[in-house]
Amino acid sequence: MPHLVTIDNVDMRYGGAAGTLAVSGLTMKVGKGEFAAVVGPSGCGKSTLMKLVTGLHIPQSGVVIVADKQVTKPVSIVGMAFQNPTMLPWRTTLDNILLPLEIVERHRHRLRANKKEYVEKAEHLLETVGLKGFGSKFPWQLSGGMQQRANLCRALIHEPELLMLDEPFGALDAFTREELWCVIRDLHAAQGVTIILVTHDLREATFLADRIFVMSARPGKVLKEHAVPFARPRDLEVMYEKAFNDMVHELHGEIASARVVA
Amino acid sequence: MSVVTENTATSATPAKPLAQRINWVKLAPWLYTIGLFVAWELLVIVLQTPPTILPAPSRVFQAIVQYWSPIWKNSLQTLYTTTVGFAIAVVAGLAIGLFIGWSKAIYAGLYPLMIGFNAIPKVALVPILVIWFGIGAVPAILTAFLISFFPIVVNVATGLATIEPETEDVLRALGAKKLDIMLKVGIPRSMPYFFGSLKVAITLAFVGSVVSETVASNYGLGNMMSSAQSQFNVPLVFAGLLMLAVEGIAMYALMAWIEMRMTGWAHRSTMSQ
Ligand SMILES: Nc1ncnc2c1ncn2[C@@H]1O[C@H](COP(=O)(O)OP(=O)(O)OP(=O)(O)O)[C@@H](O)[C@H]1O
Ligand SMILES: [Mg+2]
Repeated sequence: MPHLVTIDNVDMRYGGAAGTLAVSGLTMKVGKGEFAAVVGPSGCGKSTLMKLVTGLHIPQSGVVIVADKQVTKPVSIVGMAFQNPTMLPWRTTLDNILLPLEIVERHRHRLRANKKEYVEKAEHLLETVGLKGFGSKFPWQLSGGMQQRANLCRALIHEPELLMLDEPFGALDAFTREELWCVIRDLHAAQGVTIILVTHDLREATFLADRIFVMSARPGKVLKEHAVPFARPRDLEVMYEKAFNDMVHELHGEIASARVVA
Repeated sequence: MSVVTENTATSATPAKPLAQRINWVKLAPWLYTIGLFVAWELLVIVLQTPPTILPAPSRVFQAIVQYWSPIWKNSLQTLYTTTVGFAIAVVAGLAIGLFIGWSKAIYAGLYPLMIGFNAIPKVALVPILVIWFGIGAVPAILTAFLISFFPIVVNVATGLATIEPETEDVLRALGAKKLDIMLKVGIPRSMPYFFGSLKVAITLAFVGSVVSETVASNYGLGNMMSSAQSQFNVPLVFAGLLMLAVEGIAMYALMAWIEMRMTGWAHRSTMSQ
């Protein structure tokens, strides 16, 4: 399998030579179309990893390669979603979702002429995440879970090859979270997009991912890599199987010991 | 059960007492204003203050009627200098605010300068303006401008400088340039701050223009009041004050209305989300 993302022996330090060393000797590879999850103790550099891959930060040493090109500036083939939905309150949900199209080079010149086509696409996405008919509402008229769904739509509207999710479901209740897991699972299956998901929820990682990277405490590096064996398509029921729970348990143990070492 | 029926019965009665049909909250500003004038009138009657010290409101209204023509002319003059100065402040304030908020370095460098400038009492600048431009409308306009543009600058710059880093990250990851981020996020985001600052700025603009007119003009309410004062025509001084208050309230209400129209979303959502 060709690799879409390659991180090779990367060091990233914030705030000059005497600053915080966030990640050190970080190495990982994510294949095209793969679903990768990154777990690790708090503050170990997971969000930093996201920013390195998207080119928001450039590492002091080591290389990050995305789609066969070394990352030296923000790469525009990604969609991002954070825990905080960051919807713009002066735009309707639909206009929020269309925002990336006003930015990305490939689309911004086509947007005005092909508005109808893009709006249809956005409405289709809204339907996929269960927000049909909410496009004309403002974000502050939506609940937190609904905003997070819209946030996913915004991350997907420009058909990114790589979707970066940084704890996107952290603030949601258990049922909404499971529902959105299924939404993401189906999107991944249908569109063949590569996904990197940062999460604290080990069940979430195990349920969704093909491969799980466990990171050490700061300065973060990959301690262990797990291939998740469960066959796709996965049903939520898989979480009640023994093999699933054993895997979650094992991950839990690894992170617990990574924390102690720190 | 009986309670429920009782309630329906009372609400169904057609003739509610008058006191309940009046919207007291809407009426309150008028009642309080009338109350203030009544108290003032009573105070003057009780203390028997001569009109050269504190004229009664009735005396002030009489002066307004008596001197209506000069009052009207001077009120328009003050309104004119104030709004022109304010308009310049809006344009300049918006431009400078956007410039300062553009980058952290500019913000850091210019902010102390701005604070220092704002600490200077603008009255002290009037003599300089007179030396440069002579007496008349120009110093009044410029004083109104100088005194009112600072809150606009600070508010616009703050709106720009406080963009959530995550929003910026999402857009930068898509290849957004600084200009894109400013146009799509920064400027819309700073609009509530901007329109909010207009209310403060317009009242300050009146202070500036009147101060300047008082010391360096032959027109305007400021000038009218200072010459009335030198003739011991105290009711006319108070008439001028009253007109200023009316103009100030009217312009403030206009700004509040514009703010509501332009940035209604900010009142219904928390900016922090
Ligand atoms: N902008 C920044 N400036 C300075 N230090 C930073 C910055 N961002 C992160 N750090 C530091 O880098 C380290 C890694 O931060 P990062 O946000 O990547 O952690 P994380 O794994 O995402 O944590 P969490 O699980 O709590 O989200 C932390 O120690 C943090 O203090
Ligand atoms: Mg994080």
